[in-house]
Amino acid sequence: MTVLTEALGLAWIEVCPLEAVPTGGGVAALLPDGSQVAVFRIADGVLFGLSHWDPCSGAAVLARGIVGDAGGVPVVASPVYKERFDLRTGECLDAEGVRVRTYPVRVAGGLVHVGSA
Amino acid sequence: MTGTLVVVGHGMVAHRLVAAVRAEDAGGRWRIVVLAEEHRPAYDRVALTSYVDGWDAGALALPGSDYTGDTAVELRLGDPVTAVDREARTVTTESGFAQHYDHLVLATGSRPFVPPVPGRDLPGCFVYRTIEDLDAIRAAAGRSGRGRRSAMVVGGGLLGLEAAKALRDMGLSPHVVEMGPRLMPLQVDEGGGALLRRLITALDVTVHTGTSTSSIEADGGRLLATLANGTELDLDLVVFSAGIRPRDDLARDCGLETGERGGVLVDTTCRTADPAVSAIGECAAVEGRVYGIVAPGYAMAEIVAAGLTGGEADFPEPDTATKLKLLGVDVASFGDAHGATEGALEVVVNDAVAGSYRKLVVSDDSRTLLGGVLVGDASDYTTLRALVGRELPADPGAILAPSGGAASVGVDALPESAQICSCNGVSKGDITGAITAGSADSVPKIKACTKAGTSCGSCVPMLGKLLASCGVEQSKALCEHFAQSRAELFEIVRATRIGTFSEVIDRHGSGTGCAVCKPAVASILATLGNGHILGGEQATLQDTNDRFLANLQRNGTYSVVPRIPGGEITPDRLIVLGEVAKEFGLYTKITGGQRIDLFGATVDQLPFVWRRLVDAGFESGHAYGKALRTVKSCVGSTWCRYGVQDSVGLAVELELRYRGLRSPHKIKAGVSGCARECAEARGKDFGVIATEHGWNLYVGGNGGATPRHAELLVSDVDHDELIRIIDRYLMFYVRTADRLQRTAPWIEELDGGLEHLRAVIVGDNLGICAELEAAMAEHIGNYADEWRGVLEDPDKLARFTSFVNAPGTPDPSISFRVEREQRVPVSLGVPEVAAR
Repeated sequence: MTVLTEALGLAWIEVCPLEAVPTGGGVAALLPDGSQVAVFRIADGVLFGLSHWDPCSGAAVLARGIVGDAGGVPVVASPVYKERFDLRTGECLDAEGVRVRTYPVRVAGGLVHVGSA
Repeated sequence: MTGTLVVVGHGMVAHRLVAAVRAEDAGGRWRIVVLAEEHRPAYDRVALTSYVDGWDAGALALPGSDYTGDTAVELRLGDPVTAVDREARTVTTESGFAQHYDHLVLATGSRPFVPPVPGRDLPGCFVYRTIEDLDAIRAAAGRSGRGRRSAMVVGGGLLGLEAAKALRDMGLSPHVVEMGPRLMPLQVDEGGGALLRRLITALDVTVHTGTSTSSIEADGGRLLATLANGTELDLDLVVFSAGIRPRDDLARDCGLETGERGGVLVDTTCRTADPAVSAIGECAAVEGRVYGIVAPGYAMAEIVAAGLTGGEADFPEPDTATKLKLLGVDVASFGDAHGATEGALEVVVNDAVAGSYRKLVVSDDSRTLLGGVLVGDASDYTTLRALVGRELPADPGAILAPSGGAASVGVDALPESAQICSCNGVSKGDITGAITAGSADSVPKIKACTKAGTSCGSCVPMLGKLLASCGVEQSKALCEHFAQSRAELFEIVRATRIGTFSEVIDRHGSGTGCAVCKPAVASILATLGNGHILGGEQATLQDTNDRFLANLQRNGTYSVVPRIPGGEITPDRLIVLGEVAKEFGLYTKITGGQRIDLFGATVDQLPFVWRRLVDAGFESGHAYGKALRTVKSCVGSTWCRYGVQDSVGLAVELELRYRGLRSPHKIKAGVSGCARECAEARGKDFGVIATEHGWNLYVGGNGGATPRHAELLVSDVDHDELIRIIDRYLMFYVRTADRLQRTAPWIEELDGGLEHLRAVIVGDNLGICAELEAAMAEHIGNYADEWRGVLEDPDKLARFTSFVNAPGTPDPSISFRVEREQRVPVSLGVPEVAAR
């Protein structure tokens, strides 16, 4: 695992080749600090990173949810109780005040990187 | 001051009276004593014929009819009143119990009329009135030997045809003997009667009209009936249903006046000449007229209840309109069906090809509807009946035209006062009021808050139309991405042979999809045979259970259920399951579907668990899918002393035949080897119960939150016919049901319900049976074990990892504790959101 340090103080952690993230789906990655990130790739190729942990069930499962949109907003639906989370902000659309952490994601050299502070 | 109200009899009308008094009597003015002859509380006698579907008396129960918990009501069953002393105001029962009354209501109903035919008392002769009558008929039908059995129904009216249906459902060939010139002479005219005869004869019912029964003789364990026209019938049993007579003996004996044609004579408030005595229901003659149907009886009950609780009500112009589905044939008559009004004109459309007869009776200026007869197609019944006595919105000919009908007589044409539900007296205004007040935005909610559609159900289609006319849209759209229903999408995908979700949504939907439409389309693609469900793009469409071919549990781990067809398993395989569970530390539990569930496997472990299972000969049990789950069985004739067929063998065959079939919801099935029904097959989507002569097939059952018993579809069919019908049933369900709609609500929502289903998949009236069978044959031919498919494909296997950057590392946040010697999850975090 390569750790790249940027001027911003953000560590970019390489997690997998781009083709390992299915279009319209997600994968989970384990960061060195033990946190779990879900990386999603939507239909037009854009990538998003959210915490893998589902606050509504307490299980680390969000990457296994179904990806789609709600009125044009890109979302993932938790596989446990189906609450939807905005992939851009981590905000839950179905439970007020609930939000999951977001992570910056980038592709470099065909590899997906997740940014961790 | 508390008075005692004594009610004699406990039928549907008596129960309505008690319920109405209890609802209105806020001051607790009345203590009610009900004295009944029958040994069970009031039940839905109108639906008596449906008792044959499952022999479940509980299904006929009327809610609250045992008054449990209501201390103001005392119900004494099985002890009929034998005398009334009006001077002392007491009644006496058969057992000698005496009861004082302040007000007495006679609700003794009626008795079947048995014409004075020689031999009518022979064993094998029955009447058709109570649950006990049907039990006796069933016992007699079961006693006769093998071979096609036959029965005679005396009387070709409404009740006679009901009896014929019941006998046919019991596997007998019925003859119906009607003295009048046609069937249902009171309700339908000559033209309607002719069509009715043709439609009913086609259903294995032999019709004899214009003749009567001269004699019945015992003939070596059988009965020989001779008709007046010389016809001789060799029979197993005879059922008399030639009309009813009011039970007015108590009134006669205590000096109360009776009507010319019998019945306790009462005025329009249902009082007799003695102000302390009323009579309601079929035993009452309101101003001399007796009514043999339930709606006027209910009206009488409400009137008496109002009178007793300080209200006031008068007997309304009774609605004697009738609509029923006899042996799958619609028959309706309403208003002045025979054109008896002076100057009345008749407009008739008789379509022999389509099998429909429709007649309207109108006033001499052809503007006011007086009545009508509908046979074969009674879909416009509710609308037309509500228009009786009112001006027609269009020319009668146009209304009867095939394209006209309900379309031209829309619900908007009905006045607010038009009665939509005649069983419960609910008007259009009552219903639209509930809709516009916002308290009802769906058919079930209208039923709940107005009671409309909760008795005979014939007005239910009208409720949907009223919702639409009030602007409440009953959207069939699957989700925001598809305006189509699941059934419509199925037809699109089937017809266009589109093989991917992307193409379906590009061409027929919008946006990128969601957790509703993606799995729904994935299921359709799977049913239509598009390879492995994790192949290509399909993997991301699947709900997590299908995605990992296992059942997600609360801590993010999965459970594994290998197929154990029919619940039959060898000791060696059982040992393998135990060894695998032990090796991977899986919690083990026996399921309700006679299988074994292994809990607590992480996504990384699943392929290793399945490698062991597949090597030992197991395959996927599809416990994770909206698919066929199990076919549960009892031990059957191989071992059981009572079994009459090999239920395990059939269950194994059915489970292997339909395994892997993707469907709108899970499908469960059962096979019982005899009528004791140990496999609980009637609690399943389809259930098969062995008979002496073959198999009975029941459809539309389920357990869960709204348990339902499956209903009889066909009886005494042989093995091959059974398989053919189940093939068609399942494929028709898979094609036409809504997303997540089990078979029971699916059948309920079919226009025409179970009879329609029977017409389509048994009678083949849509001509699609061959196609349905071919589609099932294709599914069976394409079946491959999904887990073997994963193990043999490195790309699919690679997806079974918890972390894309650390294959083989399980989720570190999952932990277990031990409870009753097995591993169970330690809950993660605080799922406080889920608790909201």
